[in-house]
Amino acid sequence: MSDWPILSIVTFLPLVGAALLLLINGEEATVARNSRWVALWTSGFTFLVSLMLWVNFDATTADFQFVEQADWMPGLNISYHMGVDGISVLFVLLATFLTPICILSAWEAIQKRVKEYMIAFLVLETMMVGMFSALDGLLFYLFFEGVLIPMFIIIGVWGGQRRVYAAFKLFLYTLLGSVLMLVALLAMYFEAGTTDIPTLMEYGFDYNMQLWLWLAFFASFAVKVPMWPVHTWLPDAHVEAPTAGSVILAGVLLKMGGYGFLRFSLPMMPLASETFAPLVFTLSIVAIIYTSLVALAQQDMKKLIAYSSVAHMGIVTIGAFTFNQHGIEGSIFQMLSHGVVSGALFLCVGVVYDRIHTREIDAYGGLVHRMPSYALIFMFFTMASVGLPGTGGFVGEILALLGAFEANTWVAFFAATGLILGAAYALYLYRRIIFGALTKENLKTILDLSPREWIIFAPLVIIVLWMGVYPVSFLDIMHVSVENLVNQVETAQAAAAQAAQLAAN
Amino acid sequence: MGVSMLNLGAALPEMFMAVSALALLMLGVFAGKDKSFRTVSWLAVAAQVITIALVVMGDGGSAFFGQFSADPFAKFCKVLILIGSATGIIMAMNFAERENMARFEFPILISLATLGMMAMVSATDMLSLYLGLELQSLALYVVAAIRRDTVRSTESGLKYFILGSIASGILLYGMSMVYGFTGTTNFAVLGNTLVGGELPLGALVGLAFIFAGLCFKVSAVPFHMWTPDVYEGAPTPVTSFFAVAPKIAGLALFIRVAVGPFGGAVEDWQQIIVLISILSMAVGSFAALRQENIKRLMAYSSIGHVGFALVGLAAGTQEGVTGVLVYLGIYLVMNLGTFAVILCMRRNDRMNEEITDLAGLAKTKPLMAAITAIFMFSMAGIPPLAGFFGKFYVFKAAVDSGLVTLAVIGLVTSVVSAYYYLRIIKVMYFDEPVEGFDRNGTEMNVIMAVATIIILAFVFFPNPLMDSAAVAAASLFGM
Repeated sequence: MSDWPILSIVTFLPLVGAALLLLINGEEATVARNSRWVALWTSGFTFLVSLMLWVNFDATTADFQFVEQADWMPGLNISYHMGVDGISVLFVLLATFLTPICILSAWEAIQKRVKEYMIAFLVLETMMVGMFSALDGLLFYLFFEGVLIPMFIIIGVWGGQRRVYAAFKLFLYTLLGSVLMLVALLAMYFEAGTTDIPTLMEYGFDYNMQLWLWLAFFASFAVKVPMWPVHTWLPDAHVEAPTAGSVILAGVLLKMGGYGFLRFSLPMMPLASETFAPLVFTLSIVAIIYTSLVALAQQDMKKLIAYSSVAHMGIVTIGAFTFNQHGIEGSIFQMLSHGVVSGALFLCVGVVYDRIHTREIDAYGGLVHRMPSYALIFMFFTMASVGLPGTGGFVGEILALLGAFEANTWVAFFAATGLILGAAYALYLYRRIIFGALTKENLKTILDLSPREWIIFAPLVIIVLWMGVYPVSFLDIMHVSVENLVNQVETAQAAAAQAAQLAAN
Repeated sequence: MGVSMLNLGAALPEMFMAVSALALLMLGVFAGKDKSFRTVSWLAVAAQVITIALVVMGDGGSAFFGQFSADPFAKFCKVLILIGSATGIIMAMNFAERENMARFEFPILISLATLGMMAMVSATDMLSLYLGLELQSLALYVVAAIRRDTVRSTESGLKYFILGSIASGILLYGMSMVYGFTGTTNFAVLGNTLVGGELPLGALVGLAFIFAGLCFKVSAVPFHMWTPDVYEGAPTPVTSFFAVAPKIAGLALFIRVAVGPFGGAVEDWQQIIVLISILSMAVGSFAALRQENIKRLMAYSSIGHVGFALVGLAAGTQEGVTGVLVYLGIYLVMNLGTFAVILCMRRNDRMNEEITDLAGLAKTKPLMAAITAIFMFSMAGIPPLAGFFGKFYVFKAAVDSGLVTLAVIGLVTSVVSAYYYLRIIKVMYFDEPVEGFDRNGTEMNVIMAVATIIILAFVFFPNPLMDSAAVAAASLFGM
């Protein structure tokens, strides 16, 4: 079994499903029904296959596993190189896990152009999985930017009122960031003669070059994460995207930025990362505090959760740039748990949006009287978002803060303060929607969760609890790889410090 | 050996093309004006397909005493040009019959223009260069004005003619300067004379004039002003031909002149190309933002694409030339596909040229909308579509030559240009539908399908195009 190209199968299986969908023709209702089922089966099966990665993963080595390498452009020394290590394998699973849930959540919400919607989602899945498993810079870039095409269509076609504006903003913002990364990739290629990621990790660029490369990569990843002040595309995109689009956006796409830092910036430009760490810390702290305050003032549920995402991703970037085991593990863990939790929160918004068709917080109130199960689920994910012990959110935050504390006390202090604000806006949102008197006419007939919605939320609840109660099963997988990354960075930084000292003498 | 020989065999494809064009002319005249249009068109296409075979199978080598060379570079460009013109003739047929421009002269003029282009890309002497260029230009002036009963077409032909003649004059003036200072018009001899260090001032001025003339022919800024008007005014199939074959021929000629006779003086012309390239990319991106007419939009888009292609030339290296050739190959496919779409924008038997006419195409013709979206994403250079690789190769060459600033500026303008390509997708997908278009012709569907498959599949099979482009570029630098 081990000689099967599992990664390629996981990557391109959704594309096969999309091709099958293209063949479906006939009456509109039939096409819609068949498309939903084909997409669900494809993504479900992809998830099952991706579990093979989890089962067969060897957590005792930091090497890349399930490696596949084939000639692609031999003239340019660029190859099709795929593989995962402890850092990326979990993201692959996150992507394959969330896609079937997204498809299920769109079961009734999407009524027009269902076939195209499902095709877009399956293509998106291919891009996401490919991006996390690519071990060649050009291949990575291909998937990284390719994500924009389905995302643009998803927001633009099935989005809300201002969908066109949001879709353009998302596309052009991220494209502008990515092209700078492309220049950096080309410069690295020119310097090292290859775009092979493992080779580039070992290469050791000189300090000046690292600075420029780092900035170029930062332009791309910071937009994707997104970091303050380039986060403004996110609230727009989230608000206008259909529910499943928001789930994928918050759940996986934002992680591409954080993953990029860990895959490129830290190992390839360790010295520049050290130089710029204060910048990252400052921007992250501003993000945590500022966006939390902005979130408090929001009238739109999705916008509030979008701002909370920016704040949570601030913790991620802080963790990544602490350069220590706790910080980086916390950063990865926070990304995973945020992926699940914020995805679930958007699904929660989607549940009431499908019924009442508004996201205005003021339009709700007292839902607990009509929807007790919904209130429970929403409460659970709100708490997970706040970081209640026992949920996945807690583990990530505490590890990242621990790492930050080791690196810089003040950073930890401000970041922790921001988390208090986070609790404030999350609970405030919850109170306004769920509690209070049920006075609004249209809410008096609202129905509680349907069986389909239960099926969607059940796995999310289980995962979040699992991550909170027994995080070791996830931490173990990443542990050795993170250790290796930390060593790599520390060695490079120590060598540079030594060289500087020699020069000073 | 080749320099001092007539060696007619190397020019066999050109001779075949010339003879077949003349034979078709006779056929058209004797068979009667209007009846023979379709026959002559198909025969012209057949002649071009045979010419492709002759080009590919030819032994190469130099001919006409060093005036002409059928090296792999020329072969590569000729194949692209011939594909462009053959497709152009096919795309024009139905249009011409419906729009009352079914004259048998049209395919013949296209064939003659193609012959001129083939001579251009093979030229290894200023004189043969000029000969080819003028044959091409004169044929194209007439083609632009082929609908002489409409004001727009006539105006576009006249504009093209006047500005084109001035450009030819400038080019000729530059050539005479170079000849005056070096005493030769042969590329190889010039290359040996002008090697290393500073060019003589006169030769430098001549170079500037030659480049100005060539910039006009490829519509690079600041010599681009004719492009939007001519593109808009000319009948659409003519525009689609203009956007492809002459562009490829012009850029190929540009490359040959730059790295051939002036190859020893890269630093003298590099900054000129860098500037032209930046200006073209910027104008192509920013000026297109507000266009409502899709043909005008494509005109600006082509100006931008020339700018991107020139990025590769600016590198001045073999790798850069490879990049330009790959870019041209992909550009050819994307443009033919896009113009096939534009030619299908017919409603109630009338052509539509406004971008808003595409509104809601995703509902009325989902497949055509998806194909157009693929073309647009590819033009914008979004991976994993072919258009991205074109940009990738030229920018890679630029970065390798230390032109990082140029690469950054180029990529940023490509983000700007992404806006207007996205706008077309937006109109098709996000806007409410207007009345649907008429049925597409079969030939259009075939062209669109082939172009789509190439654009989608390039990521999996990049090597055929890349390898042949590399061989072509190598032949130019081995000379």
